[in-house]
Amino acid sequence: MLTDPLVIAGHTFHSRLFLGTGKFSSSAVMKEAIAASATEMVTVALRRVDLDNPEDDIMSALDRDRCLFLPNTSGARTAEEAIRLAHLARAASGSSWLKLEVTPDPRTLLPDPIETLKATEILVRDGFIVLPYMNADPILALRLQDAGAAAVMPLGAPIGTNQGILTVFQIEIIINQARVPVVVDAGIGAPSHAALAMELGADAVLVNTAISVAGDPVAMARAFAQAVEAGRTAFTAGMGCRSKQAHASSPVKGTLAADLGFLA
Amino acid sequence: MNPLFTLPDFQTLAQTVQSPTSRDVEQALAARTPDIHDLAALISPAAESFLPEMARRSARITAQRFGRTTQLYAPIYLSNFCTNRCAYCGFAANNRIARRVLSFDEAEAEAEILHSRGFQHILLVSGEAENVVGVEYLETIALRLRDKFAAVSIEVQPLSTTDYARLFAAGITAVAVYQETYDPELYQQVHLSGKKTDYHYRLETPARAAAAGMREVGIGALLGLHDWRAEGLAIGLHLAWLRKNFWSTAFTVSFPRLRPAAGAFEPLVPVSEKNLSQLIFALRIFDPDVGLYLSTREEARYRDGMLGLGPTRYSAGSCTAPGGYSNPEMTDGQQFSVGDERTVEEVTQAIIAKGFDPVSKDWDSAFQAGK
Repeated sequence: MLTDPLVIAGHTFHSRLFLGTGKFSSSAVMKEAIAASATEMVTVALRRVDLDNPEDDIMSALDRDRCLFLPNTSGARTAEEAIRLAHLARAASGSSWLKLEVTPDPRTLLPDPIETLKATEILVRDGFIVLPYMNADPILALRLQDAGAAAVMPLGAPIGTNQGILTVFQIEIIINQARVPVVVDAGIGAPSHAALAMELGADAVLVNTAISVAGDPVAMARAFAQAVEAGRTAFTAGMGCRSKQAHASSPVKGTLAADLGFLA
Repeated sequence: MNPLFTLPDFQTLAQTVQSPTSRDVEQALAARTPDIHDLAALISPAAESFLPEMARRSARITAQRFGRTTQLYAPIYLSNFCTNRCAYCGFAANNRIARRVLSFDEAEAEAEILHSRGFQHILLVSGEAENVVGVEYLETIALRLRDKFAAVSIEVQPLSTTDYARLFAAGITAVAVYQETYDPELYQQVHLSGKKTDYHYRLETPARAAAAGMREVGIGALLGLHDWRAEGLAIGLHLAWLRKNFWSTAFTVSFPRLRPAAGAFEPLVPVSEKNLSQLIFALRIFDPDVGLYLSTREEARYRDGMLGLGPTRYSAGSCTAPGGYSNPEMTDGQQFSVGDERTVEEVTQAIIAKGFDPVSKDWDSAFQAGK
């Protein structure tokens, strides 16, 4: 168990791995994978579930005592659609947590920064705990934070692509600047990608496709849990720096020095 | 309601900066994005033997971020009236010096002289006496100077957010307020009376200025009052906190080192040029984007040597007495005597000789609303 729990909007998470629930071969496999991952936060697409039906496949597979249920607005193309979905979800589930996704382009499913900011402002005002999915744009992260987002969820690569953290430079800036937790979402295709995000100092990662379409989703869920923990531990332990040149492990002083002969 | 900055116990900071080892310093020098622990290592005694390496890294970062340029500015002292008694300051209320406040015309005449010398960035300075130099006074001066200068900053008594917003609208671009010492105990000992005795109100001032929309906010400590290493760590913490909370504000740090002044206050803890350099290099490595001031408090030899190694802003030809540019013979009533007596022309030539571009304009009054 991690000794440095993550806190979002006053809620404590002991696992820094969040899971998506799409693309699993069955609810049973999903349930097992969730258990193996030890996650405490799962996101569910509102369009995939019937919140009014207690028999709903996905919802009945979720242990809401162990896992926080994070409905998402996947499929919304505008702020208006996302806001409408959010209110319906809250009415049905009783939870104010929301992963805000506004993706007008059905091919790339890249998030719309303008609509996302607009929806965040309104939903925060309406009392939601908003975790917006966003492109890895540092200024947008700050604007969303200022608008009251409880965390920001920049993407590593377009959703479902398993490409890894292609936005590493931007993600680092976001991590450096943000006051709210940073959850790297989308594009994480392998445990090593998750570990990298955590080594960079991300507060958590959200993984879906890489687990749900793996040969053995349950084993893969476990692998991700281990990678996230390893990456977090490495980050808190303090990473050494990377260099293009070889450096002696006992460095010789003076080779990269400036002349300070002017000092009194 | 602004967020509140809280500083760890000062004694803890003082201990923290003593503990790093050479290995910590090597790690800090190699870190890609140094954090507050790296800053502690870089200002620790263990880093003293790494000064040339620190200078090198600081110079490289400075060149990459700011280029081979040095921004020039000059102060205008508006008034030396002061209602505070600060043990170290020549303006202290109990010091028997010639007191003077400039009329609007006199202030404009001072500004005219600096303008004719090529300055586009000026800093309005005053003692802290709100009945003499209040927000109306500053507003009037700002409105009269805004068309003549690219940027007008103030270093006056702490104001409210509302007053800062009002001055911003009048054309003031930046605010500098130094905490003098981040140690609450020593702070009480050296600030004997007056509004300045309120440590916390002063500590929260940079946040108020930033919240009011100021483009740039300057912080710092008066070196020579206390353990400079602990003060340096406190500055780093304050700076990092300000960046987190006011991400669209630019920040600067100044390093005023105590110089001989009326009232004959000797530095409580001497800070050498070596110490000062270490602090400057450490902060530059810690925060590549922060503007760093090196004023004419320091001697010409030192300022020339430090060109390009970390500081990005130099004052030149400064006079620290109200009306001193119009009446150069008048040296009574100055805040401190300057260490670099050269004219702006001489400083400019020295900067060019070292291969740097002396930049006199790096802003434009057109950015400011209310025109």
